[in-house]
Amino acid sequence: MLCSPGDTSRTPRHLISAADLTRDDAVLILDTAEEMARVADRPIKKLPTLRGRTVVNLFFEDSTRTRISFEAAAKRLSADVINFSAKGSSVSKGESLKDTALTLEAMGADAVVIRHGSSGAPYRLATSGWIDGAVVNAGDGTHEHPTQALLDAFTIRRRLVGADAGLGKDLEGRRVTIVGDVLHSRVARSNVHLLTTLGAEVTLVAPPTLVPVGVEGWPCEVSYSLDEVLPASDAVMMLRVQRERMNAAYFPTEREYSRRYGLDGLRMAKMPEHAVVMHPGPMNRGMEITAEVADSGRCTAVEQVANGVSIRMAVLYLLLGGSETALPSAAARTEENK
Amino acid sequence: MSKILIRGAKILGGEPADVLIDGETIARVSTGIEAGDATVIEAEGRVLLPGLVDLHTHLREPGREDSETVLTGTRAAAAGGFTAVHAMANTFPVADTAGVVEQVWRLGRESGYCDVQPVGAVTVGLEGKQLAELGAMHDSAAGVKVFSDDGKCVDDAVIMRRALEYVKAFDGVVAQHAQEPRLTEGAQMNEGVVSAELGLGGWPAVAEESIIARDVLLAAHVGSRVHICHLSTAGSVEIVRWAKSKGWNVTAEVTPHHLLLTDELVRSYDPVYKVNPPLRTEADVMALREALADGTIDCVATDHAPHPHEDKDCEWAAAAMGMVGLETALSVVQHTMVDTGLIDWAGVADRMSVRPAAIGRLGGHGRPVSAGEPANLTLVDPSYRGAVDPAGFASRSRNTPYKGRELPGRVTHTFLRGRATVVDGKLA
Repeated sequence: MLCSPGDTSRTPRHLISAADLTRDDAVLILDTAEEMARVADRPIKKLPTLRGRTVVNLFFEDSTRTRISFEAAAKRLSADVINFSAKGSSVSKGESLKDTALTLEAMGADAVVIRHGSSGAPYRLATSGWIDGAVVNAGDGTHEHPTQALLDAFTIRRRLVGADAGLGKDLEGRRVTIVGDVLHSRVARSNVHLLTTLGAEVTLVAPPTLVPVGVEGWPCEVSYSLDEVLPASDAVMMLRVQRERMNAAYFPTEREYSRRYGLDGLRMAKMPEHAVVMHPGPMNRGMEITAEVADSGRCTAVEQVANGVSIRMAVLYLLLGGSETALPSAAARTEENK
Repeated sequence: MSKILIRGAKILGGEPADVLIDGETIARVSTGIEAGDATVIEAEGRVLLPGLVDLHTHLREPGREDSETVLTGTRAAAAGGFTAVHAMANTFPVADTAGVVEQVWRLGRESGYCDVQPVGAVTVGLEGKQLAELGAMHDSAAGVKVFSDDGKCVDDAVIMRRALEYVKAFDGVVAQHAQEPRLTEGAQMNEGVVSAELGLGGWPAVAEESIIARDVLLAAHVGSRVHICHLSTAGSVEIVRWAKSKGWNVTAEVTPHHLLLTDELVRSYDPVYKVNPPLRTEADVMALREALADGTIDCVATDHAPHPHEDKDCEWAAAAMGMVGLETALSVVQHTMVDTGLIDWAGVADRMSVRPAAIGRLGGHGRPVSAGEPANLTLVDPSYRGAVDPAGFASRSRNTPYKGRELPGRVTHTFLRGRATVVDGKLA
């Protein structure tokens, strides 16, 4: 599975959207992540795989959690890591994304991990000819967060199928419920694409104000009732409620939201015994999830963080050093959309 | 001024005839006119139209001369077959005083390529709070008849009512940019299946339709003229159709790009497709075409919105809204309306010259191609097919969505009061 790096003849490839991944692409990444996860169990958590390669974490939005995860992943593969935060940088002085990209290109970045507040910014970066390196979307606006979806799928497969037993397998027939602010959630968008590609059945649960107009184009069900969906769920993914949106009339009060869409012990008891509770973090305890649920053995929030490093190692490895067929190019996606 | 004989052109797409221009006017329209000392243009197979009139152009001067100037914009207009354009008021400073509108008007006269009729702002600074001195702008040398805060919606119902009432004193019209501001906060593209997928803020059709519904009612209530800028949704069409069925004095325009392009193109995240109002769905496009054909929508207006390269060569959210349109408008209309059989060339003359001139009260434009009329004329080769090459644009900006796209039709000649501003497809 793991290929020797150093093939400089490869064409640049990117990970922009979970929708770009085929079932086989996704399973390859999950399987590769299983191998990467074993590195974390070693006394020396490091592989020489990406030695000499430069990975830039280009973060226009604050996200310590995701940045550290990518940084740890790149360092465990022995890549050189440059962290570029927009705050206090030339970007805050008005430098454009394009000029920032040209600078990184001049510095020889092999991969750019980009977090940006604007949907589509990573896609522009990958397709505008500003840089030659691989682009990894670490979250763009309300569009996508593909590595989060991959680590979620990885977590579900480990919990419901097993680490070793899951190798080569997808999530056929598993029922995943995603609850909360779907409208503003890049995590939800990526998960709907990826989980359905892997064969899972996805149901979104949210108040109607937090369901995007146009959701009928998505390959999933939509429900306004959490209680109705819970008994048939194998995994329940709680989305963070963004408190800054509280005043935008999406729901009347925090208390009402919590009552109708929060997950507490009573609701968790309606789930099948094997079902897990997921959360991408950071959690609003007492809002979308109670401490009782968050601290229970069924909640995978902490595992998800650990699994995130394995997934990001797998993605960086496959983009920069591994299989040619693992991830599609953004250019291929452009062709499909013509 | 010398004489010009246009020989054998199909007038408004009808029977071929010869047209003799003498000085600033059309001297004769007949068959078999002798050339005498006239310069002859052999125009067999071409279509002769009254000079095109645009109700909605952004010339950017004063203030954003890096995007466009009155000179470059009027050269682009002439290249596109226009003999008159209305210059929108969102300049820097805003065209909300007699001084600024006179400046724009004079720059237009000096350009010599196209008549420039300034549009006055409805409110001071386009801020929607206090009426600008509408009367002073009308009484100025520019003689403003059309008022608009375009780029922004006059969303305060009382201000809109007062503006509609006030301009009645001098037969003015308020051209509304219909966009309910609260419903479009953070909006980036048409709200629907594509916006949901792309994670771009949705711009709901109802944000446009609710303002149009309010304004046609207000115009009816005070007995004034209202013009709706750049309709983009099927629902907007239905409201205008209903208002017209009531006999109310409502007119409307559609841009060429809303007759052709859909929100599916935004999947590319290419800001060249970022425009206000946003590109809508295929169903909306079809409704707009039908409405233009049946006269519900009165005219085509370009909403020519030039931007420098750097304002579009960036991520979607950071990009400016708008696209240039003067030089491709006629080709897009031929492609979407004429070649599809929805209207004929007489219809093009009506929607791109006669009606916009009437709405703007431009006496010398949109006239019949007849003896004694001002020689404002556009000669078109409808058989031409070619890819759009923005490198050849006269506009200072290149933000066109049609780069490399094959479109029909080509303006071979434009005449402004008898003087050729375009000859054989090139600016004179």
